[in-house]
Order: sequence, then C-alpha cells, then structure tokens
Amino acid sequence: MTLLAVERIKLFSTRSPGWCALLAFLLPMSFSAMYAMESGDFLSLTVPATQDGYRFGMVMVMVMAALAVITEYRFGTIRTAFQAMPNRSAVLLAKTVVVAVLSALVGEVTAFGSWAVAHLLRPEVNLTLNTPAEWRSVAGVGAVYLIASVIAVAVGTLVRQTAGAITIMLIYTLLAESLIALVPVVGPAVVHWLPFYASRVFLESGLGFDSAGSAPYGPWGGLLYFTGIALALLGAAMVVVERRDA
Amino acid sequence: MIEAIGLTKRYGRTVAVDDLSFTVKPGRVTGFLGPNGAGKSTTMRMALGLDHPDTGRVLVDGRRYRELEAPLRTVGALLDARWVHPHRSARAHLRWLARSNGIPAGRADEVLELVGLASVARHRAGSFSMGMSQRLGIAAALLGDPPVLLFDEPANGLDPEGIHWIRTFMKQLATEGRTILVSSHLLSEMAQTADELVVIGKGKLIVQTSTPDFVERATATSVRVRTPQAERLRAALAHRGAAVREDDDGALLVAGVDSATIGEVAAAHGLVLYELSPRRGSLEEAFMQLTGEAVEYHGHPATEVTA
Repeated sequence: MTLLAVERIKLFSTRSPGWCALLAFLLPMSFSAMYAMESGDFLSLTVPATQDGYRFGMVMVMVMAALAVITEYRFGTIRTAFQAMPNRSAVLLAKTVVVAVLSALVGEVTAFGSWAVAHLLRPEVNLTLNTPAEWRSVAGVGAVYLIASVIAVAVGTLVRQTAGAITIMLIYTLLAESLIALVPVVGPAVVHWLPFYASRVFLESGLGFDSAGSAPYGPWGGLLYFTGIALALLGAAMVVVERRDA
Repeated sequence: MIEAIGLTKRYGRTVAVDDLSFTVKPGRVTGFLGPNGAGKSTTMRMALGLDHPDTGRVLVDGRRYRELEAPLRTVGALLDARWVHPHRSARAHLRWLARSNGIPAGRADEVLELVGLASVARHRAGSFSMGMSQRLGIAAALLGDPPVLLFDEPANGLDPEGIHWIRTFMKQLATEGRTILVSSHLLSEMAQTADELVVIGKGKLIVQTSTPDFVERATATSVRVRTPQAERLRAALAHRGAAVREDDDGALLVAGVDSATIGEVAAAHGLVLYELSPRRGSLEEAFMQLTGEAVEYHGHPATEVTA
C-alpha cells in the first residue's frame, strides 16, 4: 500500500499526466460529437460508431503511462526511487497499478462521455445499450485503456527514452498492425495474433469488426490474449529492471 | 559503518573499480578522494544498491543495502542534486520519499527548515540554483535521520558561503556519531573537512589513513638555505644523511633534516647562513604526485597543444 501511495503522490505532483488524461478524454469525445453531427442517411449513427475515436484516447493514455516511467529515467528520480525502495519489481508494479487504474477510469469516462454526447446531439437516434456486444463496446474501453497502459509502462521501462518509446507506440498502434495485415500470405496468418487486433475483437466483435468471426478466439479470448501480451512485456521489464544498473 | 570488500565493477573492457576494500567508521568524516574518473561515484552507487558489482560487496552496518528495510532510515545519500523532477515542488519531492520509508510527512518540512529552504518549499525544483539543489539533496539525505550518510561531491556548484556551511554541517553530523563518507577530487577541500581519507586512483585503493598523517607524509618538508659557502655546507649536510639539491637562484633545498639541525651543522663548521626557511610542499602537488599514474583523463600542457 505504501508503494501505491508513493506512486500516486509522484503521478499527481506533476502536471503532464493531467494534460494527457484530459486529452485522452477530449479527443474521442470530439470525434464522437463530430460523427453525431455529420451522421444522416449516408453515415448511420450506431453505438459502436460513438466509440470510433477511442484509439486516439488510448494513444494519449499510453503516452501518459510511458512518460510516468520515462521521466523518472530522464530526471534520474528512478535512482532516488530505487534508493528509497530497493525492491525494484515492486516499485514498477506499484507504478503500473496506479497508472492502470487511472487509465481505466479515463477510459470509462471517455467511453460513456462519447456515447452520451452523441445521444445529446442526436436524441432522435436510438442509442440505448441493448445487447451485450453494445455494452462491451462502450464499457470495454476502460479495460482496453488499462491493458494498453500496462504495455506502455513496460515499453517505457525497456526503452527509457521519450522519443523512442513514443515513436514505437504510436507507429505500432496506429500504423504497423494495419500494415502487417496487408503483407501477402504472412499478414492474414498472423494478424489475429497482433495484440491490438485482439483488443479490437474484444471491443467490436459482432458489431461489424471481424464479422466473419475468423479470429480463433471470441471477444473475451481477445481480451485475455491482449492481457497476456501486456503481462509478458511487464514481466520482461521487471527482469530487465532488476538486472540493469539503475 | 560502511565496509567495501573486494569491490570490482567493469563497464565493457573498462575496469571502473578494481578490487577495492576500505572501511568507513562512525563518529568522523571520511573523505573519499580521487581524481575524476577514479571510480568514486561508481563505488557510491554500488554502496546504495543502484549498480551491481561484478565481484565483492558493500555492507552498511553489516548488511547489504538491498536487504535494508526502510533504507532511508539507515543510509542517507546525495549522489546527484539534479535527480529531482523539475516540475515537482521541493516539498512534494521530499514527501514521496518520506512516504516510501514510513517517515512522517512533517519531517519533510523539518529538513527543509534545516537546510534553509523552508521559504521555497512550494517552488518547483527546476527553478532552483545549483546551490539550492544541493541543499535539497542534503535535505533528502537527512529525511530518515540516518546514522550513515554518503555525499558525492557535495561542494560542487556551491558558493564559498555554501561550502563553509556544508563543511560545518558534515562535521556536526559526525560529532553526533554518524558515519559520513564524502567524495571529492580536491585534496585541499578534504584536508579541511575530513578526519580520515580513503584515496583511490583508477579504481584501486592507494591509501587509507588519517588526514594529518596523509598531509604529513604527502608534503615532506624541505628547508631553503642560502650561504656563501655552499660547497662546504653541502658536504657537511650530506654527512648527516640529508638530501641536498640546488634551487634556481643558487640557494640550497635540503630535505631529510629539520632547520634546527641545519643551523647546528652550520655553527659546528663555522659557516655563515643568510637564509634558513622551512617550506611545505603544496597539498595539490603531493596529491597529483600520488595519483599521477592513476589519472584517467590526462590533459596536456598548453605549450604542447599549441606547438
């Protein structure tokens, strides 16, 4: 509990996490608002459509999570931290938990906010959450933000450089996975095993995405796989942090 | 009490610390002395469990650092004053540290008061001058009221008033019975602060001894003598086992005997003396001589560079 309190103090005694969280909330919200205003005959407003901007928020949350550890390396406070708390894995775990909880909260507020803003702008469209799939596509955003932030903490710990880590994460999440899918022969074979693809199966399966059901796992399997990848990365980060000179 | 036992650390092919053993006792200030790149900071990082030694170990009060519970209550350290988040206030910095070792939050304000930073406690650490950052670092080291303290070049970037303050402060901490290890690359600085010296060069221990001893040995005195009968005095002194050489202006520099003996020898032989003045070698020279072969980064004299 002490370590969690320490990481909470650290996270909230600087300003950048707040800005990242605010952006993570505002970007998908505005996307949903724009979508709702532009929707009509050609663009139909549906529950999953209100969540289309979630990836921009997810990227901001990942930036926040990676920065939470990279700034410690950049300013040398990681050494102060390990000096005060020599159990490095525990420090990293506490940081991950605090960042992940914040990310999950931001995710839920963002998801339901995006849904609500579309509902307010277009009260005539029926956006009630009826099916489990619809519930999952909105409430699941928090879970995806949470796991994504764990991945970001692990990548940040391994890379230790702001530019490097953020470039890797942005390019990978927004670009690389879609490009890999386009590679002939190999692409279709591995695409289901890319972690963020799995997270989309969790959110959007049965709502237009992966409609063919070609992924060898269901939505909950997708979440499990996504979580597994995140935990493996976190484990690797812990091993490295214990071995590496601080 | 700090014990380094057979400590070795390599970075690739460079050996930063080479089979280093020494002991730091409580109740006195121990100076950790060596040229830049001698391995002082690396040794301190290993003492704090930050770097892993390749072989050997450092024990603090008989235990490895990483075995300590609430380590800040046992060991306080200032390794680098810039290790703070520039956007975090001095107070917030100390509060997370305090919280991590179960130290009451009020202690943060106490130590800020102690180092004279109480009025800027809520200012961002990034706005601090080097001197203020050093004080914040010292405040952090004192947070857990630890019996063992490590300071790496604490006088760096301080003004003369700050240097005087830190010197007095460390001596006072030692009188309270604490173990104090202070590193420096300046012997003159250490000669005024430390009671004991651990001198290293290129990662190896050169000597561990008391400061007065070290100064006495390092700066062997010589006596400058002027006489119109130089040849006869030379012979007489050589008979007494003194080493005599000629100074630039023809005066004699005598080592190995004190000025009283020289006077007596001169009187016994009926020689006239114009000058008889004992001289002390400079501390810096002696230190350079001692560590000269163990300097990591050699500069060249300006003439050589321009030639």
